[in-house]
Amino acid sequence: MVSAPDTETVWHILAKVPDPEIPAISLVDLGIIRDVAWAGDRLEVTVTPTYSGCPATRFINTAIEEALRAAGIEQIEIRTQLTPPWTTDWISEAGRRKLEAYGIAPPTPGAGPERCPRCGSTRLARVSQFGSTPCKAQWRCEDCLEPFDYFKCI
Amino acid sequence: MDKALFEFCLRMGDNTLILGHRVSEWCGHAPVVEEDIALANTALDLIGQTQLWLGLAGEIEGKGRDADALAFRRDAWEMRSVLLVEQPNGDFGQTLMRQYLFDQWQALMLAALEESAEPRIAAIARKARKEVAYHLERSRGTVVGLGDGTEESHARMQAALDRLYPYVGELFSDDAIDSALAERGIAPLPSSLRPDYDAALAETMAEATLSLPENRWSHSGGRDGSRHSEHLGHILAEMQWLQRAYPDATW
Ligand SMILES: [Zn+2]
Repeated sequence: MVSAPDTETVWHILAKVPDPEIPAISLVDLGIIRDVAWAGDRLEVTVTPTYSGCPATRFINTAIEEALRAAGIEQIEIRTQLTPPWTTDWISEAGRRKLEAYGIAPPTPGAGPERCPRCGSTRLARVSQFGSTPCKAQWRCEDCLEPFDYFKCI
Repeated sequence: MDKALFEFCLRMGDNTLILGHRVSEWCGHAPVVEEDIALANTALDLIGQTQLWLGLAGEIEGKGRDADALAFRRDAWEMRSVLLVEQPNGDFGQTLMRQYLFDQWQALMLAALEESAEPRIAAIARKARKEVAYHLERSRGTVVGLGDGTEESHARMQAALDRLYPYVGELFSDDAIDSALAERGIAPLPSSLRPDYDAALAETMAEATLSLPENRWSHSGGRDGSRHSEHLGHILAEMQWLQRAYPDATW
């Protein structure tokens, strides 16, 4: 019998599970894993949805289970927690850097992205308030003329 | 069973269910791709909120019905959505006008529900409110842009407002269920939201150069299920046929 990994190890495992829609960042970077705790033999992982209708939610739960099972954890309970609601403030610093490197402008409290993730220009125009997934909006750079995704700030 | 609480969750969830389905009818038909995506995303948020409200309704009822069972196995007279949300899409302007009239109400309702004495309702409200703030920003902006746009877009938006305004009053009509919930601090009396709604509408329509109809008479019969229009039956037929034809089908 292998001893159960401690919660710190579990966090490390989850930090390697990519978000199914934006694989450049992990579920931990995204800030949706709210808690990890052992209740006897059972590991309880508390997850909060990004958007209530996000179709990735089910895939995310499956991805968490798969990663934990691969690490030898057998009894897993995934709990969904609505409150406090997820906010883009919970995206980690590393996550924000990875988003930008991937070509998605990270969320900023102002009215839109800080700069073009490709050329760094600040001359930007909004194309649409919504984008290819519930968490993104479409913007365009007026200098390099490329369209890009902006991670909506909520 | 807490009948009033159950009814309230159905009212909230059926509004988002029917509007979400209506808006999704645009998928692949919007005037430009960005608007298509925006409409589909709005519909997705609304259906997500439906899962939360109807999921809670099923929990309160305690008879083993989940959100899917409530969405796909109830008939028109059991639906508690307001008449506004079952109105046909019409043109793009009419769809966005309906969206704005609903979003403005939903934003005020959810803000009040964040303080609900029932923690499960407060939790859903806190989650949904962020999404609705985003919907409202877009629908309001579009109403203003098209209202104060070309002669053609202005005329269409005025026609949409004239057509839909007689369905607004139902959102603010109180009944015994509302009074019971207000007394318990669970939900506000719908009528108590009207002054803020009127103020917001007046400001938006002034900016959009549209005139609000003076007549405040309103259709009713959606939120108590007594007089849904013919439109709802058509929506349900399309939405429910698979679960009706192949009960418990999964894939
Ligand atoms: Zn650029």
